[in-house]
Amino acid sequence: MAYSEKLIEHFENPRNIGSMDKASSDVGTGLVGAPACGDVMKLQIKVNDEGIIEDAKFKTFGCGSAIASSSLVTEWVKGKTLDEAGEIKNTEIAQHLALPPVKIHCSVLAEDAIKAAISDYRTKAEEAGSGGDRELVSEQAAE
Amino acid sequence: MSATPNIKLPVYLDYQATTPMDPRALELMLPFFTETYGNPHSRSHSFGWEAEEAVEKARAQVASLIGAVPKEIVFTSGATESNNLALKGVSRFYKDRRDEIVTVVTEHKCVLDACRHLEQEEGMKVTYLPVETNGLLDLDKLRAAVNERTAIVSVMAVNNEIGVIQPMVEIGKICRENGAFFHTDAAQAAGKIELDVNAMNIDLMSISGHKLYGPKGIGALYVRRKPRVRLQAMINGGGQERGMRSGTLSPALCVGFGAACALCEAEMGKDNEHIRRLADRLHTGLTERLDDVVLNGDQDQRFPGNLNLSFSFVEGESLMMGMRDVAVSSGSACTSASLEPSYVLRALGVEEEMAHTSIRMGIGRMTTESEIDYVIETIVEHVNKLRAMSPLWEMAQDGIDLKSVEWSEH
Ligand SMILES: Cc1ncc(COP(=O)(O)O)c(C=O)c1O
Repeated sequence: MAYSEKLIEHFENPRNIGSMDKASSDVGTGLVGAPACGDVMKLQIKVNDEGIIEDAKFKTFGCGSAIASSSLVTEWVKGKTLDEAGEIKNTEIAQHLALPPVKIHCSVLAEDAIKAAISDYRTKAEEAGSGGDRELVSEQAAE
Repeated sequence: MSATPNIKLPVYLDYQATTPMDPRALELMLPFFTETYGNPHSRSHSFGWEAEEAVEKARAQVASLIGAVPKEIVFTSGATESNNLALKGVSRFYKDRRDEIVTVVTEHKCVLDACRHLEQEEGMKVTYLPVETNGLLDLDKLRAAVNERTAIVSVMAVNNEIGVIQPMVEIGKICRENGAFFHTDAAQAAGKIELDVNAMNIDLMSISGHKLYGPKGIGALYVRRKPRVRLQAMINGGGQERGMRSGTLSPALCVGFGAACALCEAEMGKDNEHIRRLADRLHTGLTERLDDVVLNGDQDQRFPGNLNLSFSFVEGESLMMGMRDVAVSSGSACTSASLEPSYVLRALGVEEEMAHTSIRMGIGRMTTESEIDYVIETIVEHVNKLRAMSPLWEMAQDGIDLKSVEWSEH
C-alpha cells in the first residue's frame, strides 16, 4: 500500500510518545479500540488552569496509520481549549495523512480518543468539584 | 542500524508467496523462447518434435519428484488451476455416485473457494474439518467425515501460512479405505519435503512452479492412473494433456519447471539443512532477545522454512511497515479490506489479538546467514520501538490482565 509522506514521517518519527499520571487531576485519559480489532489508542491530555491543553501523550497498538493518526492528534490538540480539541474531526485527520479508504477507521479511532480523553478530564474535574473548574465544565457542557 | 556489508536490501523473506527462479533452471528454459520455439503439439516437423521432447523430459522430471510416472502429470497454469481441476473435475465426473467433498478450514483460498462453488452451484455437500491448536487435522474427525458418498478428500500437505505438515500417510489410508480420492494441494510441499504418491496413497496432487524455484504461470496436477482417476475437463479444445487440459503448452515454462523440480529432488537434503540452520538461527536469535514471541503451528511437524511468529503487543502491519528493508508477510489481515486477522490462525484458536501480531517469515535456498542476522537486528529494533509505544505492552508490564479490561469495540 502506498502511504503519503506525511503519514510515513509520523510513523517513523512519532511525536509525543509516552504516558502521564492517570490519577492526576489535570490529566485526562482516553483509551479506545480493542486488541482483538487490531488497534488500541491511549491518548492523554494535560490541561492547565485556563482550560488549555498544555501537553499530550499517546501510546498506540495498531497499524502504521493508527500510529500516525495518534501522533498527529497529539500535535493538533496542544494549545487548544477542550472545546476546540473536541471539534477535531476524523475527516481532517484522514485528509491530512491521506489515509487510504481501508484505513479511515484509524482516524475515527483518533477522534474517539480525543473525545474520550476530554470526557475523562471533565468527569474528574466535576468530581473534584473545585469552583473554577466546575464553572468551566458547566459552561462548556452548555454549548 | 549498523552497516550491513555483503547483503542486498531489501531482504526477501517471503518464500511462501513466491521464490526467485534458480538461475540454472532459467538458463535451460531461455532457448525455448527464441531458438527452439516450436509448438510441442506440431507433429509434422522437427520444430515440434524438439519442443515435444523437451516437454516430455520436463514431465518426467516433475513426476520423478513425487514418485509418479510421467503420464500421470498434467501441466496447468499453476496450483490454483490444479486445485480447481482436481476438485471440480472429480466432482463433476463422479457426482452421481459420490457427491461429497471433505476438506479443511485452513486450506488455501482457491481450494475453499472452489469447494464453496461446488457446494452452492453444483449440489455437492462439503465438510470443512477444523484443525487442532497446532494446526493439524484430527484423524478421528476425518474418519468420521469420510464415507461411501465422499468423492474427494482435499487436504494440503504443507500449510502456506504456518508451515505445518499434515499426516499424509494416515490421511491417504483413510481415503483408500473409503474409496474416496485423496487430493493434496502440495504447492508449498513439493520440492521441500519428501512426497511419494504411492506411499501416501495420493490420487491427485497440485504443484506450482513458482514455489519451488521455477517460473510463474505453470504448475501441474498429478492424476493417478492405477487405479484410475477420471476428471471432467474444465478447458475444452484440442485435447492436449490427454484431454484433461487443452491448450498449447509453453515449452519454456515446462522446461524451467521440470529443471526446477529436478534440482529440488537432487538437492533436497542440502536445501533443507541450509533452511533449517537459518530458520533456527532466526528463531533463536529473536527469542533470545525478545520476550513474548510465540511460534504459531506445531513445533515439530513443520517445514522449517516457514516461521510464523506472533510478537505480542505489536501489531503486525506496523512491524512490517517499520522494517522497510525486509519483505515478509503479515497474519494480521489489516492490509486487506477486511479487518479480520488471518483465518488460518483463527482456525488454530489463536486469539484475535495475537493473530494481529503475527508475521510470516519464509526462508529458502537463496537466503544467506548475513541476511538472517540483518533481519534479527531489524526485527529486534522495531519490536522494541513499537512495544515502547504500545499501550498493551505498558499495561502488561504493569501487571494488568488485558482480558480483564473492558475494551470499546468499534
Ligand atoms: C498452498 C497453496 N495453494 C495454492 C497456491 C496458488 O498457487 P499458484 O500461484 O501456482 O496458482 C498457493 C500460492 O499462493 C499456495 O500457497
